[in-house]
Amino acid sequence: MTNQVLDAKGLNCPLPILKAKKALKDVPVGGTLEVFATDPGSVADFEAFCRATGNELVESTQDKDVYRYLIKRLN
Amino acid sequence: MAAQAISKAPSNQKTMTMIVTKGALDWAYPPFILGTTAAAMGVNVTMFFTFYGLPLLLKKLNLQVTPLGNAAMKMPMMGMHIGLPNIVGAIPGVDAACSVMMKNLIKRKGVASIEELREAAVESDVKMIACQMTMDLFEYKLDDLIEGTTLGGAATFMEKALKSDVSLFI
Repeated sequence: MTNQVLDAKGLNCPLPILKAKKALKDVPVGGTLEVFATDPGSVADFEAFCRATGNELVESTQDKDVYRYLIKRLN
Repeated sequence: MAAQAISKAPSNQKTMTMIVTKGALDWAYPPFILGTTAAAMGVNVTMFFTFYGLPLLLKKLNLQVTPLGNAAMKMPMMGMHIGLPNIVGAIPGVDAACSVMMKNLIKRKGVASIEELREAAVESDVKMIACQMTMDLFEYKLDDLIEGTTLGGAATFMEKALKSDVSLFI
């Protein structure tokens, strides 16, 4: 069950992270945020972001040029 | 005021302080990218703007980049990377043209503008301190700067820097 979807395609560092942070505020604790991005640097960045903020990166997948992240808000 | 700041900052919250000394279009990126990203990662961020970094706090930004003396500045053009010889960079109007080109490139590549990043910084409660000495030196008034800017000096910065987990000079 995805609570929020964020389309960050075409955006470059650090915008996908900044927009994800903003979108997470509207996700209830325990809920999830699905992010789509095209920035290859976002793969490592979303891992680091989730580790540092104590949220869970449930899935990190790639379909051609589009990266998809599923983040579970834990706090 | 102090009680408010304390209640907003949990005791285990990481802090970052930055001295921003350069206000050219290219140099404005590292502090604002790191400041906004750190804030998004839950870090308490303070940016101290001094000397040529101070104009980054002006209400209306008109940032410029110069190829002059900038040996590593090579722009992607026609499948190549092209730099400008200093003698060309010294011609009036070349800086302005390069700045327009750089801003177009930034837009085309989905990179945030400095205006956008600064707004994100303000929104995420990044504290902006303008160096009082620089304000006096270059004749700026607090009124010229964006709302929320506070004034301070070296000791103001040092007090925060001494307690911070990360401190950068850019």
